Amino acid sequence: MTKDDIKKIVLEIIEEIAPDEDLADVKPDVRLRDQLDLDSMDFLDIVMELRKQHSIEVPEEEYQELASLDSCANYLLPKFNQA
Amino acid sequence: MVDSRIVITGLGLTSPIGDSLPEMRTNLLEGKPRVDRIPMRYMGDVPAGVCRYDPLKYQKKKEVRIGTRAGSIAIFCANEAINDSNLDWENVQKDRVGVYVGTTEHGNVETENEIHNISQFDYDTKFWSHHHNPRTVANNPAGEITINLGITGPHYSIGAACAAGNAGLIQGLQMLRLGEVDVALAGGVSESIHTFGIFAGFKSQGALATHDDPNKASRPFDLDRNGIVVSEGGCLYVLERLEDAQARGANIIAEVVGYSINSDATDYVLPNPERQVECMRKALAKAKMAPGDIQIVNTHATSTPQGDIQECTAIREIFGDCPDTFVNNTKSYIGHAMGAAGALELAGNLPSFEDGMVHPTINVDRLDPQCELSNLVLNQPRKLGNIDAILNNSFGMLGINSSLVVKRFTGG
Repeated sequence: MTKDDIKKIVLEIIEEIAPDEDLADVKPDVRLRDQLDLDSMDFLDIVMELRKQHSIEVPEEEYQELASLDSCANYLLPKFNQA
Repeated sequence: MVDSRIVITGLGLTSPIGDSLPEMRTNLLEGKPRVDRIPMRYMGDVPAGVCRYDPLKYQKKKEVRIGTRAGSIAIFCANEAINDSNLDWENVQKDRVGVYVGTTEHGNVETENEIHNISQFDYDTKFWSHHHNPRTVANNPAGEITINLGITGPHYSIGAACAAGNAGLIQGLQMLRLGEVDVALAGGVSESIHTFGIFAGFKSQGALATHDDPNKASRPFDLDRNGIVVSEGGCLYVLERLEDAQARGANIIAEVVGYSINSDATDYVLPNPERQVECMRKALAKAKMAPGDIQIVNTHATSTPQGDIQECTAIREIFGDCPDTFVNNTKSYIGHAMGAAGALELAGNLPSFEDGMVHPTINVDRLDPQCELSNLVLNQPRKLGNIDAILNNSFGMLGINSSLVVKRFTGG
């Protein structure tokens, strides 16, 4: 599992929970909320889908690690490789 | 204001036989029902009335995903109603709009789905959706409308079993007369075909319709009727005080002149004709009308063996000596749209003021002698000519009865 793989997984989840968004030009280093119409409930959906689809747990105090695609990849990489 | 006349200036609907009033009316006059057979969790295929409106007409995909089916139906109907009313929506004062949506039940669908969801994860509740509570609060369908349309006036749902569609309308009327709001979006919705519990409950009660041909499953007054066809649907009206409607030059579709809600106080599920009679009489009294002034009685009859007989008993007592009053039923086409039923069935009959026709109740091959009424309009529409007033019944569990009297608008 690479960071690019993880970014792809996160984008696939976002595609499910925000189906109206165009994800073609999402910038990996920019906060997701600054470029997409996502709210706190949507981030809970991302957390839930990581749990359901990949058995990955994201504790509440670490939600901010999911802010951008880059931070998602950095944060989730060890979790995916551990799983 | 308390004595203001209340008029219908717009309506929006979705039903198994159409997503607009003209489409629904055409099917009612042509005798075309539409009941599908759908797979039901744990139960196999069941007959059900399914709507085919396009949710994306007024919602984003994400809103459809997060919200409920009842909310989506409500949003569709509300937008259609506002369009139909020709209100200058941009300039309507949104804190003076009230939303009153009748529902038979709400939350069953969403809770069943979540239980099914966590069953895939060994019933671990950490997989329970954070969307569950906003989806299941009782005000959900009405609240979704306010978010969609930016309405900041009051909103709530009216829980009134299968009398809820009429109850929503009555609530809207009362709030207009109290001066709480200037525009009421009122009626009812149903998402009930998405909960197996409703179907299983009716089945256990011996009240779920079965028939090889789903389009013949809902057959009020027929000797071979055997229960209810559950349906989804919705119908919301724009209600206004007459003076406001006239001031803006609105097209007035009809006037709500009488109403009543009462309680049987006798049984959880069995209807009570004596109280139904009282309910209809009170609605007529409020309208200052005699039974003979009514041309159409649209029945609640749900195609259950006992309920249909009891409503016919009640109607016979009031309208038995009224040669110019005709009786019909809309559930024979669309099944029982639960919380939407009263509002939707009234809508299907409103065009009578224009076309002078009474749509029939269909699927009556052998009329149950106990349901015989002198002017039951069976299988073929009836041309009456002038139709000025409709009485619309909707009854529900726990013994709640509602009757509405709606008149052709005659000016003044």
